[in-house]
Amino acid sequence: MLSALLVMAAIAIVLGAVLGFAAIKFHTEGNPLVDKIDAVLPQTQCGQCSYPGCKPYATAIAAGEADINRCPPGGEEGIQKLADLLGVEFKPFGSDTAAPKPKSVAYIDESTCIGCTLCIQACPVDAIVGAAKQMHTIIAAECTGCELCVAPCPVDCISMLVIEEKISNWKWKYPVYTMNVAEAAQTAAGAAR
Amino acid sequence: MRKLYHFHGGIHPPSNKTQSTRAAIAHAPLPTKLIVPLHQHAGEAAKPIVQAGDHVLKGQLIGMPDGFVSSAVHAPTSGTITAIDMQLIAHPSGLPNLCATLIPDGKEEWVGLKPVDYRSHSTAELQQLLRMAGVVGLGGAAFPSDIKLRIGKQKITTLILNGAECEPYITCDDMLMRERAAEIVQGAEMLRFMLDATEVLIGVEDNKPEAIAALQQAITANGRVLQQSKRHEVVAIPTIYPGGGAKQLIRVITGLEVPSGKLPTDIGVQCFNVATACTVYRALAHGEPLLSRVITITGNVRQAQNYEVLIGTPLAELVALSGALPDTDRYIMGGPMMGMPLPSVLVPAVKATNCIIAASAKLFPPPPPAMPCIRCTRCVDVCPADLQPQDLYWFAQSREFGRAQVFSLFDCIECGACSYVCPSHIPLVQYYRFAKSEIRAREHDKQLADQARVRHEYHEQRLEREKREKADKLAAREKAAQAAKLASTRPLTTQQQTEQTEQTELEASRAHIREVAQSEVEHPEG
Repeated sequence: MLSALLVMAAIAIVLGAVLGFAAIKFHTEGNPLVDKIDAVLPQTQCGQCSYPGCKPYATAIAAGEADINRCPPGGEEGIQKLADLLGVEFKPFGSDTAAPKPKSVAYIDESTCIGCTLCIQACPVDAIVGAAKQMHTIIAAECTGCELCVAPCPVDCISMLVIEEKISNWKWKYPVYTMNVAEAAQTAAGAAR
Repeated sequence: MRKLYHFHGGIHPPSNKTQSTRAAIAHAPLPTKLIVPLHQHAGEAAKPIVQAGDHVLKGQLIGMPDGFVSSAVHAPTSGTITAIDMQLIAHPSGLPNLCATLIPDGKEEWVGLKPVDYRSHSTAELQQLLRMAGVVGLGGAAFPSDIKLRIGKQKITTLILNGAECEPYITCDDMLMRERAAEIVQGAEMLRFMLDATEVLIGVEDNKPEAIAALQQAITANGRVLQQSKRHEVVAIPTIYPGGGAKQLIRVITGLEVPSGKLPTDIGVQCFNVATACTVYRALAHGEPLLSRVITITGNVRQAQNYEVLIGTPLAELVALSGALPDTDRYIMGGPMMGMPLPSVLVPAVKATNCIIAASAKLFPPPPPAMPCIRCTRCVDVCPADLQPQDLYWFAQSREFGRAQVFSLFDCIECGACSYVCPSHIPLVQYYRFAKSEIRAREHDKQLADQARVRHEYHEQRLEREKREKADKLAAREKAAQAAKLASTRPLTTQQQTEQTEQTELEASRAHIREVAQSEVEHPEG
């Protein structure tokens, strides 16, 4: 009886020590899930999800407070990735979120710009250079296309330009071809006409 | 006789090479207009250093290499630059790219050439010379040759010259080896010197006996001069497509396999095309930059032949030389297996152009309609990269790019052997190209997102710091004001005192207003 108690106590002490050690050794700061979700988000920092940036949205998703279908720049593919990561069902965009747009960059009409610095303060990634009463301009390579600079501009000199397809960013298209003879004949006839 | 090895798979398409090997390489006449693209090589485009209206000499630099992987572009003949603008080029997208248009003056005036003795220069100097001479791989990928010579710590034992030319119809390397074997062998010796390799093996498919004989003769003839004859050897390899793929050729000649995701240099081998060796020779021994190359004009033409063509020559003028037959409906750049249809026959010849095939419905009948994959695995039997093409097709089709990568999608050399044997006529390679470019685009987006995340974090930190600094300043000012008030209570008159109190209060309220205004700007509407 006593020996059994001793053995159980010894096991409890050893396992307790192991657990205590592991708790210190493998301690993680913050929620690792937030970082994983944040890595999937497109980092435009646009706030279209109604959270002030990608990280806060990731935190809200991790806490179960936000839906996964609130990020228009991520597109449906982004939702799918979040669904895979979190092990939940895919959810199409709701009616309250903006529709996904083609990727674009902001462009400042430099002749109209009055140098008010309001867009510089609005830019979440510091992609606008300029100073008070000096012309501003966008660093196109750093611009995430969040559109946050468009609204504050008092002279409406900022426009969003869709990124054009060039040889440097051209992609092979998904192969489209006819699957059966009837269709092939139809396309051939169409081409002949 | 050297022991040869095999690579997995391969096919035997009809070679169709004899049509264009009957006549010797002819010099194409000077065209009326040259369109020289500034991005003819893998990597970054060259930066134009001439303007419209400038007169240039033959061999003058017009595009400066810009970036680590980049190469120079030169004026192929003397004349006047009339425009530097976007022009249609030979690219599967059919999109235009930056080109310099040159109207030749017909004088062929050379810029001053500086031949060098390669043995008296360091490897780094020679690499720089090749970069500025615009020497790129002429096998098709147009990868800058100087980068392939920068090998770091690895020891290169074997330099392989690729003269396999396995793709049907193309004979430009074959004719070059027959006619300019001596230049190729000397270029090979220069490359061997730069790589400090111990042996040079020139791999040529055994369907080119004339080329093999010419190379052997050149090696014997040069042997006494170079004292390297024992290091050079021509290896006749069996004719099988794609035996000219770099990894396949290395496998056949040395028996070594380049591991997935590694480079040939990692196993002590480096591979160059025979035409590249010839260009290296001309660049160093004569100081001539890469201005022209040999191009096969074949297919549905009256007289198939090889031409020495200035870079930038509109392909329409070349095709006219061979006389395309009236039922020609499109043109293919490269071979029938890996080539691409040209968006227009007006596009210029570039460094990567090895062959132009005039195609007609009779010569290349349109493929029968594609049927569903029946998992017969014939593609697996022929894949020279030892992949599972039917699985890759499945993943690419369903956009499961992650799994395609796990199945080594990027080891695919896009040789087209799988599509060739597919009984369902599925355009498999198109799927692999689609998947590869989607994966590359996603990786690029991911990189941009990471960059944006870092910048946003800095931005947040900066705002935080500014707020803290402002608060500190305010606190310090208040403290100073209080101290001043305390110190001034006794000596000051009542009047002065009131003034000072008013001043402090005013300061404090101003600071408060500024604070409120600032936070309004930072967080509009709360």
